[in-house]
Amino acid sequence: MHKQPSLGIRPGILACLTALLLGISNQLLAGTEHESAAAHVDQDMNFRIVTDTTPSIRDDGESTADHTKFEALQGPFESGPEVTKACLSCHTEAGRHFMKSIHWTWEYDNPATGQKLGKKYLVNTFCTNARGNEGMCAQCHAGYGWKDDSFDFTNQDNIDCLVCHDRTGTYYKTPPTKGNKACSVMFEGRQPIEWAKVAQSVGKPGRENCGSCHFYGGGGDGVKHGDLDSSLKFPDHKLDVHMDADGPNFACTTCHVTKQHLWAGSRYNVMAHDTGGLGLPGERRDVATCESCHSETPHEKDELVGIKLNGHTDKIACQTCHIPTIARGGVATKVDWDWRTAGKTKNGEGYKEKNYTQGNGEHRATYKSIKGSFKYGENLVPYYAWFDGQMRYTTIDTHFDPASGPIAVNGFKGSHDDGTSRIWPFKQMHTVQPYDKGNNTLVYMHLWGDDEDAYWGNYDFGRAIKVGMQKNGIPYSGEYDFVETYSYWPITHMVAPKEDVLACAECHSRDGRLDGLKGFYMPGRDHFRWLDILGYIALGGALIGVLLHGLLRKLFSRKNSQRTSS
Amino acid sequence: MNSHAKTRNGSTFKQRGEKHYVMLYTRYERFWHWSQALLIFTLFYTGLGLHGLHDWLDFRTAVTVHTFAALALILLWIFTTFWNFTTGQWRQYLFKEGVVKVIRFYAYGILVGEPHPYKKGLQRKQNALQSLAYMSFMLLIGPALWSSGIVYLLYDLWSGYSWSGQGLTLIAFIHTAAAYLMGTFVIIHVYMTTTGKTPTHYIKTMITGYDNVELTEAERAYIEETHAISMKD
Repeated sequence: MHKQPSLGIRPGILACLTALLLGISNQLLAGTEHESAAAHVDQDMNFRIVTDTTPSIRDDGESTADHTKFEALQGPFESGPEVTKACLSCHTEAGRHFMKSIHWTWEYDNPATGQKLGKKYLVNTFCTNARGNEGMCAQCHAGYGWKDDSFDFTNQDNIDCLVCHDRTGTYYKTPPTKGNKACSVMFEGRQPIEWAKVAQSVGKPGRENCGSCHFYGGGGDGVKHGDLDSSLKFPDHKLDVHMDADGPNFACTTCHVTKQHLWAGSRYNVMAHDTGGLGLPGERRDVATCESCHSETPHEKDELVGIKLNGHTDKIACQTCHIPTIARGGVATKVDWDWRTAGKTKNGEGYKEKNYTQGNGEHRATYKSIKGSFKYGENLVPYYAWFDGQMRYTTIDTHFDPASGPIAVNGFKGSHDDGTSRIWPFKQMHTVQPYDKGNNTLVYMHLWGDDEDAYWGNYDFGRAIKVGMQKNGIPYSGEYDFVETYSYWPITHMVAPKEDVLACAECHSRDGRLDGLKGFYMPGRDHFRWLDILGYIALGGALIGVLLHGLLRKLFSRKNSQRTSS
Repeated sequence: MNSHAKTRNGSTFKQRGEKHYVMLYTRYERFWHWSQALLIFTLFYTGLGLHGLHDWLDFRTAVTVHTFAALALILLWIFTTFWNFTTGQWRQYLFKEGVVKVIRFYAYGILVGEPHPYKKGLQRKQNALQSLAYMSFMLLIGPALWSSGIVYLLYDLWSGYSWSGQGLTLIAFIHTAAAYLMGTFVIIHVYMTTTGKTPTHYIKTMITGYDNVELTEAERAYIEETHAISMKD
């Protein structure tokens, strides 16, 4: 079914076929039901289907509670909120705690820049805006039923405990609303959730829980980050030394330590340089930095190379050397997205082209009518830059000059001499996306909906933008065009084993990885042009001089000896 | 070496005496010279690599070798400074008259077979040009290299200051410039070793320590009396 468009089968027929096949498999092949479901659903549309439900972290028997024995969890439950109510009947403060989390609010007030950030407001360089498209996007909101502005953020029963705490791997979320019929495939091929079973199987989140959203940011596996994708569910030592399933097998929360349902490690306010020291017992532990475990001097302190490497930590983020490339697990990351080509149809229907085959053999769409054209990368060398930890967003309110070159949607500052910046690796995403030509701002698009104006249905940018802006009370000039944008994703996962880290000369060489960073001297990379020329002249001159002198001596000595003999 | 020589030459010949094979460069001096040569070659080779001019040695190894060789050379120079002052050999490097004559000799005299204007002696190991060259080696090129090198090596101690960027640039400039001068010195120095009686004469001298120099009466008497300096004949 990967080649669905070329086969020309209509979605309705396919749905029937899928249902039929599923019915058969339910009766005959109960053991392989997940596989057959997956095989018959377009992975690309329904990107969060999990075929392997084995938990990434085994129950270590540490819990003092066996949730199967709780009366409140016996059910029957008909819906998520019913389960939540049961959870909160014991975990009385969890709701209050969780409601402060960005997973719930989708809001972040940046104290340093005064900007209002979070998915609730931001425009990104992928599907552009969650705002107004909650009917789709809020499938990654840790709550139930966020369709529009009427969502009640004060009702604790709306919290989705299971998406993070289900340990069966069978819990899933679908978009809160149905959207256009073209998107109906997203709701197909799912086994109904066994509420009581998942409610009784709760535990601390494994990588697959966090990953059910964070692996798929940007609308697909590995699309957004490059260092977060489904390959991290069971990574090997080569892919990530900490999450190595046969090794330390870290859960996300091993580093992203939690206090009252608030997690350390925010992309909105990155700690570019942690000088706080190790979080010894009783000391600060609310950070997810490498240094908080490894210290600022993690290399051998009693040998030269180690001392020299420890000398790097003030200017170079650990990630820069220890994550040599990203998207290494067989899953590609999107590096280029061109919205301009979106909206092409075949026989009046949207279609896909899947011309990229990634490392694990899966085919990835290089064109989708609903989104445009894409390019992918694997084993990507990151983009390096001085970074002070502070992202500066181009929000929906930011006016820019489209003539001044590509817009950095989440730009950042940093320099070699500001005392706080370090050289960080980023995944750089290049996009061409719509903007308001009259007001020179980014736009909210109305992508999702079963109405006439949704772009994912009518393929009309003009209407989608007009409605998207209107719905959210943003002024719109009525004219749109496309602008080049960049977004930057700090890299911190997929930490490679020691033997795979960057060799010195990857940076300390001419045309090395840091060739693009200017304004400071780096041994091996930089040289003084005129001094080198003078140096060559001196060395070369001396060499030629002595050779000439030697030659003259030889000639004259022959002459002298001839004279003597004659 | 025999007593007849004394009577044959008589006391009229005061300044110059017979030529004798004497130990001109002591064991420590030769150890110093050759280990210094080895270290400088090592430093120059690894230094060129670190400067990005070749990658015949990986950067990590080059840094390690360069650093340890530099530390060894600094240690050697500390010992040698001590040696120079305790033995009084430092006087060999003092400015001497006749630099122009020596330069004229190497520019012209050597071609037409003139004798060297400078006679080597026990206390006159180096000609005026050599003294000048070695003096600038020890007072200019060497210190420029080791002082900038030490500051370079200790970068991590001052990398936190706001001026560290410019500081590193300056240090790197001085270190590189001095390295080019050192390279130039070595090329000329190596060539000059071929200008002896035979092309390898000076090198042999620097290996064995013995050279054939004229001794004054007093020097010979002193050597015979004290055996303070080894004499082969």
